[in-house]
Amino acid sequence: MTDLNLPLKGIRVVDLTVVLAGPYCGMILADFGAEVIRVESIQHFPPQTRGIFARPSKDMPSSRSAGYPNGEPGRRPWNRYPLFNAMGRNKLSMTVDITKPDGMEVFKRLVKVSDVVLENYVPEVMDKLGVSYEMLKQVRPDIIFCKMSAYGDTGPYRNFRAMAQSIDVMLGHGSIRGYADSDSTDQPASVAEDPAEGVQAAFAIVAALYHRNRTGEGQLLDLCLSESYMPYMPQAFMDYAMNGRVQGTLGNRDPVAVPCGNFRCKGNDKWVSISIFTDEEWDGFCRVVNEEWVHDDRFKDSVSRRRNEDELERLVGSWTQKHDSYEVMHLLQKEGVAVGPLLDEVEAYQDPQLKARGFFVEESQEDAGTHMYPGSLFKMSGTPPLVRRGPVRLGEDNEYVYNEVLGIGGAEYEKLVETGHIGTEYAPHIK
Amino acid sequence: MAQQVLSGMKVIDLTNYIAGPACTKLLADYGADVIKIERPTGGDGARNIGPFYHDEVHPEKSGLFMYLNTNKKGITLNLKSKLGKEIFNELLKTADVVVESFKPGVMDRLGLAYEDITKANPKLVMTSISNFGQDGPYKDYKLTELMALGMGGRMHAMGDAEREPLKYGLTVTLYHSGMVAATATMIGFYGSSFQGIGRHLDVSIMETQAASVDGRLNSLVTYQYSGRVTARGSIMGAQYPAGTFPCADGYFRIASGGPRFSRAVVMMGNPPELLDPKWYTPEAPGDPALKEEFDAYFMEFTLKHTKRELFMMGQEADNICAPFYAIDEVAQDPHFKERGFFVEVDHPMTGKVTYPGRPFLMEKTPWQLRRPAPLLGQHNNEVYSELGYTNEDIARMRGSGII
Repeated sequence: MTDLNLPLKGIRVVDLTVVLAGPYCGMILADFGAEVIRVESIQHFPPQTRGIFARPSKDMPSSRSAGYPNGEPGRRPWNRYPLFNAMGRNKLSMTVDITKPDGMEVFKRLVKVSDVVLENYVPEVMDKLGVSYEMLKQVRPDIIFCKMSAYGDTGPYRNFRAMAQSIDVMLGHGSIRGYADSDSTDQPASVAEDPAEGVQAAFAIVAALYHRNRTGEGQLLDLCLSESYMPYMPQAFMDYAMNGRVQGTLGNRDPVAVPCGNFRCKGNDKWVSISIFTDEEWDGFCRVVNEEWVHDDRFKDSVSRRRNEDELERLVGSWTQKHDSYEVMHLLQKEGVAVGPLLDEVEAYQDPQLKARGFFVEESQEDAGTHMYPGSLFKMSGTPPLVRRGPVRLGEDNEYVYNEVLGIGGAEYEKLVETGHIGTEYAPHIK
Repeated sequence: MAQQVLSGMKVIDLTNYIAGPACTKLLADYGADVIKIERPTGGDGARNIGPFYHDEVHPEKSGLFMYLNTNKKGITLNLKSKLGKEIFNELLKTADVVVESFKPGVMDRLGLAYEDITKANPKLVMTSISNFGQDGPYKDYKLTELMALGMGGRMHAMGDAEREPLKYGLTVTLYHSGMVAATATMIGFYGSSFQGIGRHLDVSIMETQAASVDGRLNSLVTYQYSGRVTARGSIMGAQYPAGTFPCADGYFRIASGGPRFSRAVVMMGNPPELLDPKWYTPEAPGDPALKEEFDAYFMEFTLKHTKRELFMMGQEADNICAPFYAIDEVAQDPHFKERGFFVEVDHPMTGKVTYPGRPFLMEKTPWQLRRPAPLLGQHNNEVYSELGYTNEDIARMRGSGII
C-alpha cells in the first residue's frame, strides 16, 4: 500500500478514536494515503463505535438490529455495524489493552514509530491512562498529538460530559434553528458538530505535519466540538457584537431570499427546496409556473413578496404539489431558479449527478459483504481509486502491526494473545 | 509573534460569498498570504449581505464579509480583460495555491484551466469549489443552503413527521463545505510541498453533505445494508430523561436515558420516590408510563432551577446535559472567555468588534489576527507595485477599469 501516489503516504497515525468525529478524521487521513492504525481493545467495548452492544441479544427489538446487513447482527456484529463501517475503509486495526502495563508498553512502541496520535475522549480519560503530550514527547519527540473533545483541553468545562446533541444547544445553534412558529426547543436529532470537528482535525493534523517537516517540531492540537462549530454561525455572533441583536430562528426562511422554503411535491412525502433571491429569478419562476397569481401585484417586487410571504408560500406549495420533485427542479433550474429535490436514501443512490460523478464506491469485507458506500468528501486529480480496502475488521492487522511495524513475534506475540491483548473477537465477558 | 503554520504559503483567492471565502479564511488565519481578487465593480457579493454594522447597508460594513475575509489582502482585477489575464498569470508564477468558486467552465473560458495554468508552475495546487462538482448533469445548476442540505444531506429526515423538513441554522452547511475545501487544499499543498506534485481538488458542495457524518453517512450505509429509509421525526423514543425541559429561566437539555438513568437521580439529590425498585427493572427504560411519571417529576425539579444551575448539578453527576443558550449567553460564557475563543478585531469602518475566533488551538503555530478584512482594492498599490508596475501604470489600469 505504500507505493501509491497519495499525498499522505508514509505518514503513520495511531488512532484511538471512538464514535463519530474522531473516526471521521481518521477516514479522511486514510483516504489520502496515511497509514491509520486503529488501536482497539478486545477487553473493552466503547459504546456506539462498533455497535451499541458487542453482541446484541437475539430478542432485541427489530429497530435496534435494522441497521445490520439484512437486519442480522451475525457472528461478529462489530464488523457489521453501519456507522463504523461507513468510516472504516482504508484503515488498519490492531488490538491491545492499554489499561494494562504490558499493553501500554506496546502502545509506546507504536508511538515511537508513528507521526500522529489521534484521540477523542473526554480529556480525563487520557489523563487517567497517563497519556499526555509530555509522555508522548518522551517516547517520540516530534510527535503530533491531536486531542478532540467537546469543550477543549483547558477551561472550566474541560471534563464535562457532552455529545453533539447537548453541544448543539449550548453553543447557540439550538436557538437559531427550529420552526419559526415554535419555541424551537423540540428539534431534529441531526447535529452537524461532529463533521465540523472531524474535518478540521484532518486540516490541523496535515498542517502540523507540514510544520514538522519544515522545522522538525511536533505539537499539541486541541480541537473541540463547540469551538469548531461556532465559526459556522458568524452572522449571528457578528449581529450580536455589532448591533446587540440576539437572533432567533427563521425556520427555513432567509433574510434575503423570498420565497425560501421546502414545498411538498407529488408523491409520498416528496419535497423541493426553492429559494428566490432576485427579480430575475422571480421572472424565471413566473415563466415556468405561469398561473394567474404569479402576476398579482402582491408579488410584483421583493418588498411585496416579503410582505405577503405566508400567502406566497401557500400558493407556491399549491403549484409544486401538482408536480414531481425532479421535474420541478429541471423546469425551474433551466430558468435560473435555485431549486432542488430533498433526497431520501433511495433517491440519493439513484441520483443522476452522484452517479455521473461516481460518488458511491463499492467496498467489500468478509463479515459485512459487498456494498456501495458514500465516497470521498472531495476529488483529487491524479490519485488512484479511493478504496484500497473495505471497512476494517477488529484486529485484522494484528500480525502486520505486531510483526512488521513493532517487531514483536514468536513467543512474545503468543504471550500477548494469551493475556488477552491480541485477538479478533471481543472477550466473552463483553455483552 | 510566533511563526504561523502556513507562513510563506501563497494563495490566490478567486472566491465569493461563503463557501470559498470560508476555505481561504482558514488558510489565511493560520498564516498563509492570501491575495483575494475581487471584480472592480462591486467586489465580492457578500459585501451586500448582512448583518451590517449598526444596520447600515454599506459594502464596507457587512459583518458577513468582514468575518470571512480576515487576514487576506484585497485587490481588484478584471480577469476578462487581456491585461487582467496577463497580470493574473504573473501573480500565478509565485503562487502555491489557487482557490476558485466560479461556475464550472468559467476558468476554462478565461483561459485559466488547470492544465493551462500549471504549464508554468507544475507544483501549483488548485481547489475548485462548486455546487455540484466540475462535471455531471447538474454542473450548471444553482445551489443554496437549503438545497445543499436537501440534495446532499439528510434534510428529508429532519423535523416533525407531520410538517415540512427543516434545515439547520443560517448557512452552516456552506461554511462546512468551505472547511472541507480547506482540508482538501491543505492535503494537496502538503503533497505539492514534499512530493513536488501539483493537484486539482474538485469540491462539490453537494458531496460534502452526502459524505457528512451528521447522520447522512450512517443512514446511507444503513439503507444499503438493510433497506431501511430514515423517517422524519424525533428519535428520542421512550428514553428518560432525554430531551429539552423548561426551567426557571429558559430550557435545559439532558440525555441520561437507559443505563445513565441513575446519574439523573443523583443529580436530583436521590429523592426517595426515585429509589423505588420499579425504576430499575430491565423493562423500565422503555416503559412509556414510567417515562410520563418521571418526566412530570423531573420537570418539577428543573422548573425550580436556572439552566446554569442545572448544567452544573447535572455535570457534577456526569450527566450529558447542557443549557439551552441564546447567542448572547454563548458570547458571555466563562468557559469560552477563559479559552479566549472570541477576539476583538479593529476594522477602519467599524472600530473594534468582537468576532468568533480560532476554530482550534495549535500549540506552536497559533491562529493569529494580522489584519482585518480588506476594503475593496485596498492592497492594489502594494501588490501591483511588487509586480513591478509604476504608479502611472496603476493609475492607468484604474482609469480603464482593469482594477
